[in-house]
Amino acid sequence: MHRRAELVLRFTRAERWVHRTTAALMGVCLATAACLYLGPLAVLVGNRPLVVTVHVWCGLALPVPLLLGLASRALRADFSRLSRFTPADRQWLRALRARAGHRPAGKFNAGQKLYAQWTLGSMLVIIGTGLLMWLTHLAPPTWRTGATFVHDWLAAAIAVVIAGHVRMALRDRESRLGMRTGLVDRTWAEREHPHWRTGRREPVRTGADEAVE
Amino acid sequence: MDSTDEEGRGTPVGRRVVLGLLGLGALGVAAGPFLQRVESGLAERDPSGLSGLLPGNAGFRYYSVVTSVPERTAADYTLTVGGLVERPAAHRLADLQAMPQRRLVKDVQCVTGWRVPDTPFEGVPLAHLLDAAGVRPGAKAVRFDCFDGAYSESLTLEQARRDDVLVALRLQDKPITHDHGGPVRLYVAPMYFYKSAKWLSGITVTDSVQPGYWEGNGYDVDAWVGRSNGRDDAPTS
Repeated sequence: MHRRAELVLRFTRAERWVHRTTAALMGVCLATAACLYLGPLAVLVGNRPLVVTVHVWCGLALPVPLLLGLASRALRADFSRLSRFTPADRQWLRALRARAGHRPAGKFNAGQKLYAQWTLGSMLVIIGTGLLMWLTHLAPPTWRTGATFVHDWLAAAIAVVIAGHVRMALRDRESRLGMRTGLVDRTWAEREHPHWRTGRREPVRTGADEAVE
Repeated sequence: MDSTDEEGRGTPVGRRVVLGLLGLGALGVAAGPFLQRVESGLAERDPSGLSGLLPGNAGFRYYSVVTSVPERTAADYTLTVGGLVERPAAHRLADLQAMPQRRLVKDVQCVTGWRVPDTPFEGVPLAHLLDAAGVRPGAKAVRFDCFDGAYSESLTLEQARRDDVLVALRLQDKPITHDHGGPVRLYVAPMYFYKSAKWLSGITVTDSVQPGYWEGNGYDVDAWVGRSNGRDDAPTS
């Protein structure tokens, strides 16, 4: 195993906690959704009112970590990085289609940006349709049927995309360490994210408090 | 970690993706009822049954309000009939099977939206059981209890005497399985499916309507399909 020599900060503590809590809430939402939706699991778990309550409140809480995280300057900076495409991102997508090796990227590559934007957009839609299903007096019944339809299909799509997200993470130990500890190896950063200005030669912390959890 | 790099500018693809998803979501809600019907229509003509795995799939969904429901078989199942009646009774499964049966083929409509078309239910008309027990004067309603230990339902006496209300023993021409509320469940054809209590264990004639489990959670007591719970589904019976 390559020894991590020089480390750079990729995610601050606030960003890591936003990721963690959002992931946990999303995990509970998907697990409870499966218990409400998949016949064999529903038979196994029962307790429909309790499962519904957990699902609804975790769903409502989904955007809370991100909203609180906006107080963090680092998170806001990454938010704006993720929301804009540069020429390098277009090159990255072209390289992906051509299966070329050289894929330029800033702190986030085009795939990560699209994933982040999908997460935000799908979260808003899934919460919106969920509210229509939950607050039944909010809209006429045909809306509820439509909202149920969108909620069901979108939930399945979200599950598939998250599975892809986890698979990508499993394939890259360094990026996992980046999200777990906040720190990544500089050589990894220069290879995967060549346009990321990490701040050259700044004092590097290798402190155990950040690296070990 | 300065934000002065080139990524501060660039195309606002993020906004476009998010707004696009919101637009698609709104479109989906508007077109959802139509798309749902198309999907159900396709699923009905799908011999492989694979379409049952699709989201929004047609077919029954399992709802239970408790952790686990004890299994009852012909050996240990009894249905009690009591309350304001002349002749309280306890019927075994074999007793119920020996009574006159009626078979109804109608759509099942759940208040959450799913609908299963042309579903055969077969069992003893509830009116027959009430007549056999002899309803006393002053009786106004019927309460149903279930051996899951939590669920209950109720009907007015007039509703209970309708000929499309059964104490059902068979579903889709097979004995009702445990997961579908077997061996015996209520079947109230003209109402939303939560009225058709699963795992039926007791019928009590009462002097007033005692709202059931879901009615205690805000659902309508008189749950006519298409005329209650703020829904406008096509009537089932």
